[in-house]
Amino acid sequence: MGKRIGVNLLTALLVAGLFFTVSCAKKTVVSEPEGTQVEKEEATSGETGTKMTEDEMTAAEKAKQRELEEQRLKEQREQEAKKAAKARFVNKKIHFEFDSSVLTAQAREILKEKAGWLENNQGEDVLIEGHCDERGTTEYNLALGERRAKAARDFLINMGIAPDRLSYVSFGEEKPLDPGHNPQAWSKNRRAQFVIK
Amino acid sequence: MVLRNTLKAMRFTMVKQVFSRRLCMAVLALFFLLPPGLGQVQADDITYLDIGNPFIRKIPLAAPKFKLFTGSDAEKRDAETARRILKEALDFTGYIKIINERSFMANPAEEGITGKDLHFPDWTGIGAELLVTGGVKLEKDRVRLYLRLFDTIEEKLLAGKVYTGHREDLRVMVHRFCSEISYALTGKWGIFRSKIAFVSKSKGNKEIYMCDFDGHNPVKITDHKSITLSPAFSSDSEWIAYTSYDQGKPDLYIRNIREKRGSIVNKEGMNISPDWRPGRFELAAAMSFSGDQEIYLLTGKGKIIKKVTDSWGIDVSPAFSPDGKKIAFVSKRAGSPQIYIKSLETGELRRLTFKGNYNTSPAWSPSGERIAYVGVENGSINIFTIRVDGGYPVQLTKDAGDNEDPAWSPDGSMIVFTSSREQGILRLYVMTAGGGEQRRLLKLKGSQMDPDWSMVSK
Repeated sequence: MGKRIGVNLLTALLVAGLFFTVSCAKKTVVSEPEGTQVEKEEATSGETGTKMTEDEMTAAEKAKQRELEEQRLKEQREQEAKKAAKARFVNKKIHFEFDSSVLTAQAREILKEKAGWLENNQGEDVLIEGHCDERGTTEYNLALGERRAKAARDFLINMGIAPDRLSYVSFGEEKPLDPGHNPQAWSKNRRAQFVIK
Repeated sequence: MVLRNTLKAMRFTMVKQVFSRRLCMAVLALFFLLPPGLGQVQADDITYLDIGNPFIRKIPLAAPKFKLFTGSDAEKRDAETARRILKEALDFTGYIKIINERSFMANPAEEGITGKDLHFPDWTGIGAELLVTGGVKLEKDRVRLYLRLFDTIEEKLLAGKVYTGHREDLRVMVHRFCSEISYALTGKWGIFRSKIAFVSKSKGNKEIYMCDFDGHNPVKITDHKSITLSPAFSSDSEWIAYTSYDQGKPDLYIRNIREKRGSIVNKEGMNISPDWRPGRFELAAAMSFSGDQEIYLLTGKGKIIKKVTDSWGIDVSPAFSPDGKKIAFVSKRAGSPQIYIKSLETGELRRLTFKGNYNTSPAWSPSGERIAYVGVENGSINIFTIRVDGGYPVQLTKDAGDNEDPAWSPDGSMIVFTSSREQGILRLYVMTAGGGEQRRLLKLKGSQMDPDWSMVSK
């Protein structure tokens, strides 16, 4: 059941993410003339109380408008960057050698980035899942998967992340990303992955 | 176990003159409930078949048509069903060869099924060293089965029994007699009353199933709709322990098989790989609540009795010795997973496996002499056995997919295991203790894995 929910959740998140991105992009195009009109109206209504010339007014209005627009775009970029960072946090997995829970140099780099994200997103708690390839014994792989998840967790704790934000679970060889029976599939499946709770 | 009540088995026609005196003494020793060790000594005086021997020669056995008492069609059907069940069960053992009946020169169904009716040279003449005769008497819905086992060379009765029961219990009645045959030949009651528990993905999720020793009657016994793994029978087969992700992480479930009661061990981290201590309501399991994976001894209710291992890193998959005094387990303390043995009494620790850098899944043979395990060599995963002192490792599977999860039959004559040899799909197979007669155990949808064989034999 856990597996189902996990997959469904992931799909839902991805779909929602996609939808959001698309609708944002549309809004950018449509909202521009609307915003301009609103600004114009506001500027017009303030006409009676000011002594600005038409030209001055138009220039100020334009500047303000530009500023607001830049601000809005900046916020939007920040939002998108945040979203991308979050997606990257969730999607970027760390990988292991066969029968190993030792963090590779690459895994450490990824974990440093994850620690940064966790630092910037104090409200988020994370479940670290440890996984193995299909080779070897089910029970031993459960133990190995836990060591992988723990290795990642310990690294994040050493980077200053509060332990109570980081829970972990091993799925052993029960949830392969790639169902294949070949070295490529195995290396993909030997992983720790991160789920925002 | 209603069957136990409905079944009335009684000994009959024990022809004293032809019954081996020594065998008789061994049987008596068991009847008087002498300590099992003592009974064993007595039994060892007889030259029993060594079912652990990998080079065993199969004993040819003839099972001609059963005698009918009323001659009704229903009786005839029951007689043929009973004989088929008998032949299938004996053939399954891997140490008996059923002789093709086209070569038969006599017909006990007509000529008589008792010792005095038989002309043994008719049977030795076609190579039969053993002969089973049977009679079926159907009275309403109750059936009476007369079954006898003869040694055709010595011309003597080895076992004779009458069973009475409901018609639907034919299978159980015939299997009871197969146990008698096993006892007469091997000094052990055999596999015929045992069950196999395993994990099956037939319905999408991994759940625990249970079937008869020969793969018949598979029944799903858990409904967690999650990931459920590692079934383990208690030595009296009253309890089963397993791992399930029912609560989102791997926890230990202890369940009474017949009644809906039991306990859950859901300490922080994982609670996995249970094995029951023989003869006691205790089990060992790997748990990681301390932050490190260690093996613990637990009560049958899941309370910790003591910590068995104490080393940083992976410690998992405990397997008790048949006397319950030692535990074999997997540890990565020396850098690669290897099997170790620890004494619960003295705390003495010994490494068992040295060859290769991946040896897991220990299973202690019921005789206590060998340990079956999984070893990885050159990328292929196979089943091996090794003497408890570390001597004579033997590879049992080869060039046939990946082979994992060995579990011994209660008499130590067979091993059930998981293999991916057919289309890469994990399924259950059995083989003799020496690696012979490898064949599929059962046909079920999806994949099956992780079998455990119950230790009940009589």
